[in-house]
Amino acid sequence: MTVKGIIMSWVRKDLLGLEYLSKEEIELILSTADSFKEVSTREIKKVPALRGKTVVNLFYEPSTRTRVSFEVAAKRLSADVINIASETSSVKKGETLIDTGKNIQALKADIIVMRHNYSGAAVVLARNIDLSVINAGDGWHEHPTQALLDIFTLKEKLGRIPGLHVTIVGDIAHSRVARSNIWGLTKLGAKVTVCAPAMLIPPGIEELGVKVSHDLGEALKQADAVNVLRMQFERDEEEAFPKQLEYFQNFGITAERLKKAKKGIIVMHPGPINRGIEMSSEVADGANSVILEQVTNGIAVRMAVLFLVAQAREENAA
Amino acid sequence: MREKAKILDQEAINRALTRIAHEIMEKNRSTKELCLIGIRNRGAFLAKRLANAIEKIDNAPAAVGILDITLYRDDLTLIAAKPLVRKTEIDFDISDKNVVLVDDVLYTGRTIRAALDALIDFGRPKSIQLAVLVDRGHRELPIRADFVGKNIPTAKNETVEVRLEETDGLDEVAIVEKS
Repeated sequence: MTVKGIIMSWVRKDLLGLEYLSKEEIELILSTADSFKEVSTREIKKVPALRGKTVVNLFYEPSTRTRVSFEVAAKRLSADVINIASETSSVKKGETLIDTGKNIQALKADIIVMRHNYSGAAVVLARNIDLSVINAGDGWHEHPTQALLDIFTLKEKLGRIPGLHVTIVGDIAHSRVARSNIWGLTKLGAKVTVCAPAMLIPPGIEELGVKVSHDLGEALKQADAVNVLRMQFERDEEEAFPKQLEYFQNFGITAERLKKAKKGIIVMHPGPINRGIEMSSEVADGANSVILEQVTNGIAVRMAVLFLVAQAREENAA
Repeated sequence: MREKAKILDQEAINRALTRIAHEIMEKNRSTKELCLIGIRNRGAFLAKRLANAIEKIDNAPAAVGILDITLYRDDLTLIAAKPLVRKTEIDFDISDKNVVLVDDVLYTGRTIRAALDALIDFGRPKSIQLAVLVDRGHRELPIRADFVGKNIPTAKNETVEVRLEETDGLDEVAIVEKS
């Protein structure tokens, strides 16, 4: 069942990671998102597609932008949204993840959007409950909707994915955003280079089909786009400052560096930006930056994912 | 699936569309406040053709838009192949316009119900009229067409297939019997 190379239907209950998806499934999400983008430009920014459905945002890690983006997406589809943050819930009292999931199921919700600090948590939850689970980031594992919105933005800006050179800069070792981007981009035929100090590159990453570089200047020469990851220096306060300065000198994206990069290179960042650490303010606000467009596209991508899993649920129930 | 009869050929389709174009102009007088919005997929092509016919009559173009109603359907789960969500393309303001909604076949009326809901989310038109190439009866909602190419009485086990050059390579309308 293909129409112009796009598969007709989505059959999965969950979205757990891009590792598990086929190229065609990723393309279906992207093309569905393309249709949803227009909804946010209407006078009434809402369609009734998920009316009567309940979406639970279950967040075990602090997150504002991802949670708000999912909430906006669900509301533009007319779903009811409930937010649970672990700090204010029974998780504090020692309830297990599966028990929490089963309780949400007993509330007759339809979809759980989960952020969790343990890699694989979304997979575990999805196996143990009938609700749809959308992974909104699990440990160092995957953050599929972030990668999908990055890829959607790339495709919108550059017109295609196959053959593109994308450089990912930053803490690759601890980044679920990097991992999801690598899976998605390589499946769609892009060439990926990861660039960071050696200690931030996980051993064996080449097996995922990416090139490794420790020289930012070199890694930017060929790149059509650079995706800059957030550095989390705030986690070790003592030595933060000298490290930040050293990192910015070697791996920070500056206007100077962009001058030597490929013409028209696109600069992406999943946010929130550390100005003066990962990139200069000049770059963040400059002509090459598509950072705020990523935020807008994130809504369309998350609407598409919510819609597709909801549709698959109905299909299975029928 | 067995084809029972050809109802319209290319010439008949053209004649019907030309007549509808005249009727639309008779009712609305000018293209100034007029716009045509076709329902994906084939309604979109028919809307474009009607706009061309109207331009020949009035020498002024009417705005044309495309509406995808997938997100407004009430039968998502009843359809075997899940429909793809396609783009809605209405790049003008429909507020205070006379909107002519265009579709290929009018049957239960549920598609039109969904389209009306969708249109209202884009603004508050002065009026909404409905033009269809074929009305095959069997309405399940209180909906009727203002402009009809041809009324074709059908049985429920039959379907009306509208084929258009833009998607199917030729222009014709046929009745097909479901086995």
